[in-house]
Amino acid sequence: MDIPRYWRLKNQRYLLEGRKCQACGELSFPPRLVCKKCKSRLSEPHRFIGRGTLYTFTTIYQTPDRFDAYSPYVVGLIDLEEGVRITAQLTDVRPEEVEIGMALEMVIRQIYADGDRGPILYGYKFRPILQK
Amino acid sequence: MQRIMKPLRETGIVGYGAYVPAFRLPAREISELWRAGQDIDYLPVPQKSVPGPDEDTVTMSIEAARNAIARAGLAPEKIRAVWVGSESHPYAVKPSGTIVAQVLNIVPEVLAADMEFACKAGTEAMQAAIAFVGSKMGDYALAIGMDTAQGRPGDALEYTAAAGGAAYLMGPAEEALAIIEGSYSYVTDTPDFFRRAYQKYPEHGNRFTGDPAYFDHLTKSITNLLEGLNLKPKDFSAAVFHQPNTKFPKRLAKMMGFSAEQIKQGLLSPRIGNTYAGASVVGLTNVLDKAQPGDRILIASFGSGAGSDAFSIRVTDKIRSAVNKAPLTEDYLNREIFIKYGTYARWRKKITLK
Ligand SMILES: [Zn+2]
Repeated sequence: MDIPRYWRLKNQRYLLEGRKCQACGELSFPPRLVCKKCKSRLSEPHRFIGRGTLYTFTTIYQTPDRFDAYSPYVVGLIDLEEGVRITAQLTDVRPEEVEIGMALEMVIRQIYADGDRGPILYGYKFRPILQK
Repeated sequence: MQRIMKPLRETGIVGYGAYVPAFRLPAREISELWRAGQDIDYLPVPQKSVPGPDEDTVTMSIEAARNAIARAGLAPEKIRAVWVGSESHPYAVKPSGTIVAQVLNIVPEVLAADMEFACKAGTEAMQAAIAFVGSKMGDYALAIGMDTAQGRPGDALEYTAAAGGAAYLMGPAEEALAIIEGSYSYVTDTPDFFRRAYQKYPEHGNRFTGDPAYFDHLTKSITNLLEGLNLKPKDFSAAVFHQPNTKFPKRLAKMMGFSAEQIKQGLLSPRIGNTYAGASVVGLTNVLDKAQPGDRILIASFGSGAGSDAFSIRVTDKIRSAVNKAPLTEDYLNREIFIKYGTYARWRKKITLK
């Protein structure tokens, strides 16, 4: 595992921190340094609340080795409440119970552990919302 | 000597939060595999909670602590200590508290450390947090009791070793939803249960775990607390005891003069099993969810090794607005996804290929 990179990106993974364009207000996640809308390079950190709905999804059966423990698992495209679409793994749900449009919320989970001796990478995933 | 522990500054719980994973393993799954169902009428709990394959003490602590901070309505950077009590920290060396504090934006002006005292590591963290706030070293301290406990496949402990826990944010009494009236701790060297370094599963002394360990330490801590505070069992609206199964806490209640009604809300082992360092503290969250101002609650943990911490707490009117600011313990208890033994064995890495 690239420990410096993991360490550098922790706010993105732990806090769902993206960018907000200081010229036009456009939000981005993962963070973009140049605004997609107005091309401005002026932006500030912006923390997303972590709630959204499922736009679409796919179920992964043939997983990369490091995700073996989770297979099969679902990767979703999630429309955040703030209007940004992101990609994330879903958790705490059986693949057959996943539905487009379902309400989701962010949780912090293990993304993978680097073998038996390396660091454990934590980050956001999304699960069906707990409180109706 | 002053026997009851009480800090100089009056201290209380300003926020609390529970966490229990979604997955449940029915005890009959274990019984059928290992005992051909021979013990099906004598199971210690009907089912237990199991962490998902991406969960551990750190991720579970994060969610419980997030709930506690939400109930307190506190800016996270005001918290000056994060102590995580567990026997299942994901790293042997690297504090779980560092990750919890980073994710919750509590860093960097904070103490962070892990505690271990079998099933009483969570209340040990609470005692330290009370002392820290009560001495004015800081205004707020976070104490967490959380575990993803493991029993050896086929061992009696496999029926009950479960996952879950709670977080308590301690702060000044004026802001508290429950005030700590006093506490008492009782510890001896009693090797009823232990796990040596590098071992995956613990060892336990079978019958030895009952009378000289659980019952002796709990009756001592509770008796001394009640005598020291001049209180009787009838002065409490609820009592929460460590719950390694369903039978022990019920028998303890009877021995100490508490009714079935008093222990009902705090007894979660029939639904989630024994969550070790999380057991008594998550029981208390369910009691607080349903508490009224003025209620007095007893909580007494037990940790093998062995020891017990007992606390008397008094609920204030701040409970009313706090409860609904985070998911209720019932929300977690009612979220049940049942799994088979095979899934459990795979997720908990009970099948090893080398
Ligand atoms: Zn822009």
